[in-house]
Order: sequence, then C-alpha cells, then structure tokens
Amino acid sequence: MKLTVNGQSHEVAAGTLAALLVELDFQGGWLATALNGDVVPAGERDRCSLAEGDRIEILSPMKGG
Amino acid sequence: MLELYGQELSSRLLLGTALYPSPAIMAEAIKASGAEIVTVSLRRETSGGKAGGQFWSLVQSLDVRVLPNTAGCHSVSEAVTTARMAREVFGTDWIKLEVIGNHDTLQPDVFGLVEAARILASEGFEVFPYTTDDLVVAERLLDAGCRVLMPWCAPIGSARGPQNADALRSLRGHFPGIPLIVDAGIGRPSHAAAVMELGYDAVLLNTAVAKAGDPVAMAAAFGKAVEAGREAYCAGLLEPRDMAVPSTPVIGMAAFS
Repeated sequence: MKLTVNGQSHEVAAGTLAALLVELDFQGGWLATALNGDVVPAGERDRCSLAEGDRIEILSPMKGG
Repeated sequence: MLELYGQELSSRLLLGTALYPSPAIMAEAIKASGAEIVTVSLRRETSGGKAGGQFWSLVQSLDVRVLPNTAGCHSVSEAVTTARMAREVFGTDWIKLEVIGNHDTLQPDVFGLVEAARILASEGFEVFPYTTDDLVVAERLLDAGCRVLMPWCAPIGSARGPQNADALRSLRGHFPGIPLIVDAGIGRPSHAAAVMELGYDAVLLNTAVAKAGDPVAMAAAFGKAVEAGREAYCAGLLEPRDMAVPSTPVIGMAAFS
C-alpha cells in the first residue's frame, strides 16, 4: 500500500498507524501523529486503519521561538 | 506577580529555544535569564530519529513551563492542527498561535489569526496570539476568547525594537486588565526595558539572546532589563517636558555682584 509520510512516498505493509510507526522505525512517547490532517492521539493509533493514498504526519518536539 | 491563564509567574521574560550555538548554551541561557516559560515547536521527525526526544528531555530538565508555537503555519487549518498535535505532545493547553500572512515580513495574518483563535479557544486551548499592534484586531482576539495578547513591536528577528510606541501605548491604555506581552522585534535589552516602561507585562524574545556573541551573558542582561523596566513603570516615570527645569534649588543662591 502506498502512503505519504511526512511528505514522502512510502510503500508499506502496515495496516494501522501503530504498525506503520514500528515498520518505519519511529519510536518514542514524544511523537504526535495526524492522518489526512486530523490528529490521532497516541492511544488510538492501534485502532487507526490506513488506506491507500493516506497522508500521515509524524512530528516531534523541536526548538522554537 | 504576573498571571497568565491562572498561572502565577515571577519572571516577566519568556525565551525562545531556537538558534543557539548548542543545546548546552541554550540551557545555560534559559537559566541565566530567569525565564520560567520557554517556547517550543513541532517539526517532522525523521525515521529512526531521536533528535526530538533529546531536545524534549533537555527542556523538561530545566523546570520551566513550555509554550508550544504554531510557527511557520500560513493557514487556519495548519495552525489549528499543529496546535492540537502540540497539546498531545507537550501536555499543555497553552499555545502561541501564529498564522503567518507574509513571507518577507512574517507579519501575522490577523484575519486567519482571529478565526484560528476562536476555534482553539472553543476547544479549551489557552491562546497566546502573536498579533500586530492593531487595536481593533486586539479587540477581536479578546472576543474570540484570548485572555493574553502578544503584539509584535517589529518584525520577527529584525532586532529593530519598538517601531510604533504610540500603538503599544494605545493597547496598554485600552486593555488595562489583559496581560500584554511584546513578542518579536526586540533586539537589545534597552528595547525590552522600553516596552516594560510602557506598562507591558512581559517580553518574549529569542534571536537577540541566541545570536548574541555570548548568549548566556545576554540572557542575564535581558533578565535585568525586563526587571528594571517593570520597576520603573511601577515607580511612576517622569514625563518629558518641553523646557529645562533646574534640579538644584534656586532659592538661597549667593549674590556675588
């Protein structure tokens, strides 16, 4: 299945957002995720099913002004 | 004592966490400034990356409150989604709301700002809007649910200092009970002192400290300037006069001729 993760195209096997994080080696309790522009809380990632063409954002804390 | 959304703070300086020569210097600068609130942001994590986690651990070790921003967002939906993700990661309802309207000046899109502020306030966010010094926009932001206002005094990173003191004074006069924080444009401690002398409640800055020759020393200098400006405002400043007024008594002068 083809997805866009952080603006880049990925071919993945994962069927849920939680599985996607594992497959692409994103780890850490500090990550924030969104699916097609909607926030997915950490506790809901294993119930969040993915579909062809979905856009996923995976963000983490960064310095800022 | 400064109170922002029910939180009491003894420092009136808010500091950014970007642009420092190293994370260690950032941490030292924050300590030297006395700041109790620092701004942070969210960016795309790289696969297998740990950078975000390391930065977050360092910030958490500093015993400060974080104010996440929506820097770089140019639309209402981008800013709102970023704010929701920031709440998830940082565990705070506070959000420094930025909706940028112009690439060159980084001027806020005040129309989008009001719209985003209304949405976020309705979701329980405590919004710190980065805005211009426009009085009517400030009123709209308060109507939208903001209980703090953060007008710029000059463009972000410009180091130009207060460009329109009359507008800042007008905001202060119109909103006596609303915490006003100058955000953006401060270049040197005298600028910070100047806006504090106008009665502003606090100052938020980043570049002027982070890009100083010695960021730690400059952080301390800003801490003192903000305190001095506040004390001066509270003490009651002498207004400028058109004519000279002697300070030494004129009565009792000797007559030599």
